[in-house]
This record gives sequence, C-alpha cells and structure tokens, in this order.
Amino acid sequence: MGSPATYSDANQAELLRRACEGDKEAFYSLVRPCERAVYVAAMSIVNNPADAEEVAQEAVLKALAHLTGFRAEAKFSTWLIQITINEARSRLRKDRRHLYESIDEPRTDEEGDYTPKDFADWREIPSEALKRDELRNALKRALATLPLKYREVLILRDIQNLSIEETAEILGISQGNVKTRLLRARLQMRDALAPGIDGSWSSGKPEYKKVRPW
Amino acid sequence: MSVIEISCLEVWRELSNYVDDDVAPELRARMEAHFKSCAHCKAVLEGTQNVVKLVADGIEYELPSGFSDRLYRKIKDK
Repeated sequence: MGSPATYSDANQAELLRRACEGDKEAFYSLVRPCERAVYVAAMSIVNNPADAEEVAQEAVLKALAHLTGFRAEAKFSTWLIQITINEARSRLRKDRRHLYESIDEPRTDEEGDYTPKDFADWREIPSEALKRDELRNALKRALATLPLKYREVLILRDIQNLSIEETAEILGISQGNVKTRLLRARLQMRDALAPGIDGSWSSGKPEYKKVRPW
Repeated sequence: MSVIEISCLEVWRELSNYVDDDVAPELRARMEAHFKSCAHCKAVLEGTQNVVKLVADGIEYELPSGFSDRLYRKIKDK
C-alpha cells in the first residue's frame, strides 16, 4: 500500500479522474498523503484520538461521496481538510460536554485588542528546562485553554505550516481575520505558558501553573 | 534621522505579523526601535517567538497505530 509522499498537479488530476470513475485505490492514493493533516485538524477540534479518527474517516467518506463536486484546479488536501474541520465541528455540536464552547463563527470581525497579561522576562526556552513529555503535556494543556477559533488557526498555521491564504480558505474567513486570530492565539499561548510570579518553570515542577486566569 | 514612535498597543497588534516577517519595512523599523527601548514589549516578543518554536517542535499528534489500514478498509467497504 505504498504511496508517494506528495504528488504533482498532473498526478492529482490523473488520480482524481480515476477516482471519479470509481477507482478506490486511486482515491486512497489521493488521501494517503493528507492523513496526518486530516487527523491533526480533527484533533485540534475534538481533542481525543478516538473521536478524531472517527471524524477523519467520516470526512474522507464524505469526500468520496462528493468527489464530482471537487473543483480540479483546487488543492485536494485543502478541500479535504475543510471537510474534516466541518465534520469535527458538527461532532462537537452534538457532544454535550462542549455545550458551552462557542463553535459558530462570530457575525462581526474581531473587536478589541488583546493585551498580554504577563511581562515576565521569558527568554529561556522552557524546552531546555523540561523533559520532552512534560513539555508536550504542558503545550497540549495550554492549547486546550484556547477558544476553538484561535486553536484552529494556531494548529493550521504553526503546526501544519499552511499559508495564511490556505488557512483563510479552509476556515472560510478573510486573511485579515486569520492574522488577528493567530495573534491572539499566540499571545494567549504565551500567557498560558509564561513562567509567572511563582517561577513554576525554574522550580522544575512537571506541571506548569497558569498564573492569571481569564 | 529618527523613526516615528509607535505605542505598545500598536506593537502588540502587529507582533504576530512581525514574527512571521510580514510587516512593511517602515513599520518594521519603528517596531525594532521600540523593542530597543521597551523591555516589556521585548519580553512579549521573545516569549511569542518561543511559543511559535515550541508549538512547531513540541506538539506531536501521532497517527494512532493502524489508522491507515482502518481508513483504507472503510474506503474499500463503501
């Protein structure tokens, strides 16, 4: 079941043509290079592996069902990630645990400036002070405190390294909006991870403490 | 020749773009001048740069083992 890691436009067009004719191997060849991106996009929203895998599968099957609706000039991965994000949000809506988390897009543009809450001098990168596991857990915990709309942008931009343009397209928002949300996401992450007055980093405690709640 | 000063608020607004090297040269110059004289903003900048690096390096979402096989099977069964 080996596949190339990437494929050229011509290759995508050919695979797409065959997939539309019912060639499932060709369809899987289109999907395979996107697996990680799809999974990561799902995880950024539902935040647990079992649900993320189900969301990923559902998104891929939806893509299969709607293949003829895909504009061949576009990038398949962008389209697939878009479907995944919508699917993940739908699941979140159904899940009562997230009843109070705002999922739907705001009607107006972002208003108000974000004020950094902690001015502690944080030049040392905590990765030198913490073990890899602790760091990963601290990062994931901090990430979970972000509002969904900021978390999505941070994941697409800073983990998946998609462009501002692609991120805007996937989320259906303007590039300006992407930049604003990215700013807030990064500043909130910084505040969530910053050393704080009690110096949690330097004391070597495995759990970081968020000093200022919001 | 001095650059026109900007406020901390303006700096925070453009901080993310600055980290991505996505600001116009004039604004860039103003921000750099600001960082030289404002310790708070310098701290926020460095923290933000750290965050971007940490998020990129530190958060891994590994595909669950067997993910590809299960997905492939779902496609075939449809």
